Formats: sequence, C-alpha cells, structure tokens
Amino acid sequence: MADYEFPTDNYYTHEDEWLRVDSDRVVIGVTDYAQQLLGDVVFLELPAVGDELERGEPFGVIESVKAVSDLHAPVTGKVLEANTALAESPELVNESCYERGWIIAIAPADETEIENLLDAAAYRIHVNGRESNDTEADE
Amino acid sequence: MSKPSALKRTPLYATHCQLGGRLVEFAGFEMPVQYTSILAEHTAVRERAGLFDVSHMGQIHLSGSGALAAAEHLLTCPVESLRVGGIRYGLLCNEKGGVVDDVTVYRMRADELMLCVNASNIAKDHAWILEHAGNAAVENRSPETGLLALQGPAALQLMEKLSGPELRAIKRFHFAQLELAGVHALVSNTGYTGSPGYEIYLAARDTEAAFERLLEAGSEAGVVPAGLGARDTLRLEAALPLYGHELDDETSPLQAGLERFVKRQTAGFIGAEAIETRATRGHPHVLVGFELEDKGVARAGHSISRGGELAGRVTSGAPSPTLGRSIGLGYVPPETAEPGTALGIEVRQRTLAARVVRTPFVTKKLRE
Repeated sequence: MADYEFPTDNYYTHEDEWLRVDSDRVVIGVTDYAQQLLGDVVFLELPAVGDELERGEPFGVIESVKAVSDLHAPVTGKVLEANTALAESPELVNESCYERGWIIAIAPADETEIENLLDAAAYRIHVNGRESNDTEADE
Repeated sequence: MSKPSALKRTPLYATHCQLGGRLVEFAGFEMPVQYTSILAEHTAVRERAGLFDVSHMGQIHLSGSGALAAAEHLLTCPVESLRVGGIRYGLLCNEKGGVVDDVTVYRMRADELMLCVNASNIAKDHAWILEHAGNAAVENRSPETGLLALQGPAALQLMEKLSGPELRAIKRFHFAQLELAGVHALVSNTGYTGSPGYEIYLAARDTEAAFERLLEAGSEAGVVPAGLGARDTLRLEAALPLYGHELDDETSPLQAGLERFVKRQTAGFIGAEAIETRATRGHPHVLVGFELEDKGVARAGHSISRGGELAGRVTSGAPSPTLGRSIGLGYVPPETAEPGTALGIEVRQRTLAARVVRTPFVTKKLRE
C-alpha cells in the first residue's frame, strides 16, 4: 500500500478534497491520495471569484494526462480567491498538494458544515478501506 | 469495469507489482498504466529509453504451402514480396472495407508468417483468420509468447551490450533471432512510440529474466520501466492509430490516411472492392490531427465543431509532453481537413479553439 500524507490540522471529504481553516476563510485542495491517483496534473478548470458554491456540488475540474475528475465543494460558501499559479503550473498539485498546490479559498456560509467533515484519522481509514477493496478485487 | 477476477496477466505481473506499477484493466489484461509518472516515462523514452511490457499483444502464425496466399488475401499490404526477416504494417479488412485489426506481419520463413495483433482483437482475429486461411495452418501463440518494447535513443547501445554485433545489422522494419541477455529472442527494429527502438519476442518463461536484465543493464543510461500511459501519449505524438479509437470495423483504412499500406484493388484482398467504392463515392469523414490553441485537454468522444456546427468527433487526445500543448486525432468532413483549418473542441459546455495540423505531431528520425 502506498504512503500518503494527511496533515492532522486539515479536514477531509470522502471525495478526496482537504480543507484548512485560515481565520475567516477556508482553503481547499485535493489530498495526497487524490494527486497520486490522478498522476501528472495538466489542467484545472476553476470557478471565478464571487461564485457561490454548494456543499457537495462540483465547482471545477482537474485533469491529469489520463483522467478527468470533478472537484467538489466541501462546504457551502463564496469563492474569495483561486490559485492563479495553477494555470501556468498545474504540476504544483502533484508537487505540493497542501501548500503551493492549493486550489481555492472560500468564505464559508455555515461553520457547522466544517465540523461534519472527516478528520485526518477518519479520512485515512476511508482511504485504506478503498485500497483494500481494490486489493481484494485483484485476487 | 469488467469483473476483475476475469482479468488476464502477463508473465511480468509480479515484476510490475514489485516495481510499484499502477495496474489497470486494458483489453482484458491487468497492465501497468505507469510506474512513477506518465510524463517522466514519456520523457525518458524521448531522451533515453523506456522498457514496456506489451506481452498482452497477440501473435498468430500462418504456415504451410497456403500461408502466403492466405495472408495476401487477408492483408491490405503486399505479403509475397516480403523477404524472410522483413516486416510490414498492414490491415485485416472485412468485406465492407472496415478494419478488423491493424497488424505487423513478419516473414519468418518462406512458408511461415507471424502476425502481431492488438490484445483487444486476439480472439476476433484468430476466428477471422481461421475462416479465411484456406489450407494454411493457423496457430495462436499469444499465451506462450512474451513481448517487450525497448524504445528510445539509448535502445541500440543497450541491446548491443546484451547481445552481439549482429544486433546493429537489423534494419528498420526487419528482425533477427539471437541471444539476448542469455535467452533466445526474436528482435525486431520496430515500435509504437515514434522514437527508435526494438520489440523483443520471447518465450513467456524467459520474459521476466530478460526484462530484469535489460532494466539492470540500462539503469546507468537512465532506462526506466514505462507503462501504457506513456505508450499512449508517445504513439499519439507520432500520430500512430490505435485500434478502437482511430480504426474500427466500420472505418476504411483510407479514411484513416493509411493508403500507403493498402494494395491496389486488383490485388483482390478482402475488402478491396468496398474500399475502392467508398473512396470513389467520397468519405464523409477523414482523420486529421489537431492542436489546441486554448488551454485544456481534448479527449476521445468529445465533439468537434466548425463555425458552431457539429463537424466530427475526437478519437484520441492528450497533452503532448514534447510540445507542451494538447494534441488530438479526430474525424472531420474532408472539406475541413486542410492544415490550418480552425476547429472547435466541445469540452464540458465550452468550445476550445483548435487548428488542423500536419501529422506526425513530433518527428524523430528512426534508425535505418
């Protein structure tokens, strides 16, 4: 089983996004598991500043050489900023998924939604569960 | 996804696992799509060399006194003029002029040919060949045959190191049987990447040893294992067709721009008349290469538009690691096929600007 890094100060979703609270805004990206699964990221389609996102709904698209995936909003809120560096350097998602490869920052509409997300330990169990399902399926 | 328990494995399955390859289903086989990164493996092939397991591909032998006549009847390329030790690319066509498969044919002996066929088509090809082989003996040797592809500018030197001086004498689209890394191999100067390199046919039981020795001996020169992901982006840069994408049972080889692999109609091969009739009538769509001018990725199945009207369909698309922009192949009406023509690629309710370009997208001189 591959090694994944899931920083404990982040929240996580079942769809493999992470969320970090940064004073009155939250920063969102994809997890180490997601970026390894996707492989080389080559393109992202991101929302505009001011767009209203709905929890669980797709807000953008991430494309690797081989795959296309929707990005899902972990919480409801308004987009404050998108990581413009990703337009020229989408590989930042692979190189630094929790720091320089962040994707968007939003103003959350309802802070209690954050508390309902997974913590690092619960997300790791979720990932391990999926991986062992894959292994069983291989046999 | 198909039922995982039904998936076949090549002789290198354990090696792929050991090397950390990410295994995916391809043509009914469990195959590595990548070991580290598709981009890194792609670049390794263009600059140094990559070693691929392509043992999933099929080998069908035709032998006996009727073998040559049967192959001449089955294939769009000339066969009888092929010398022993020579290889040609050709197509098996159906009576409607559609493509049953695209293959390479090897003249093994005066009265024996080997067809290397796509993994996804082994059963279909075998049945088709049996049906049309007359009194030739037909044998599917795919299960007992391993196949490696060593592709890239460093391939020749590495192959020479593990064999002998006779290796260098193998010209492009020729093959020889020799000792390689201590095992018997049929080495052919061919590939599916647009880089120089070799394909190495082995007994299934020798495949693992040969793969490991090639990797070990090549590590200093930066030779890496490469997966099907890089194989696909490499062949796309070279604009080599992939069966099921650019070619299928309905599409004429002439639509796909493969006329130089099709004999004259008077040669009387299966599909000859239909291919000619369809060409005379005019093909509704022909294959073109295009480059995206907008950021994004065109993928198989996306619609192609021209001036807001639906014009065709993308058959393959990917970011080109060599060019640094997205490229693709697709079918469009002939009047839209001129290089320079502006096209739109319909991606998620948006139209990305693209332009028809000459193919191959990337050209490299292959060793003669």
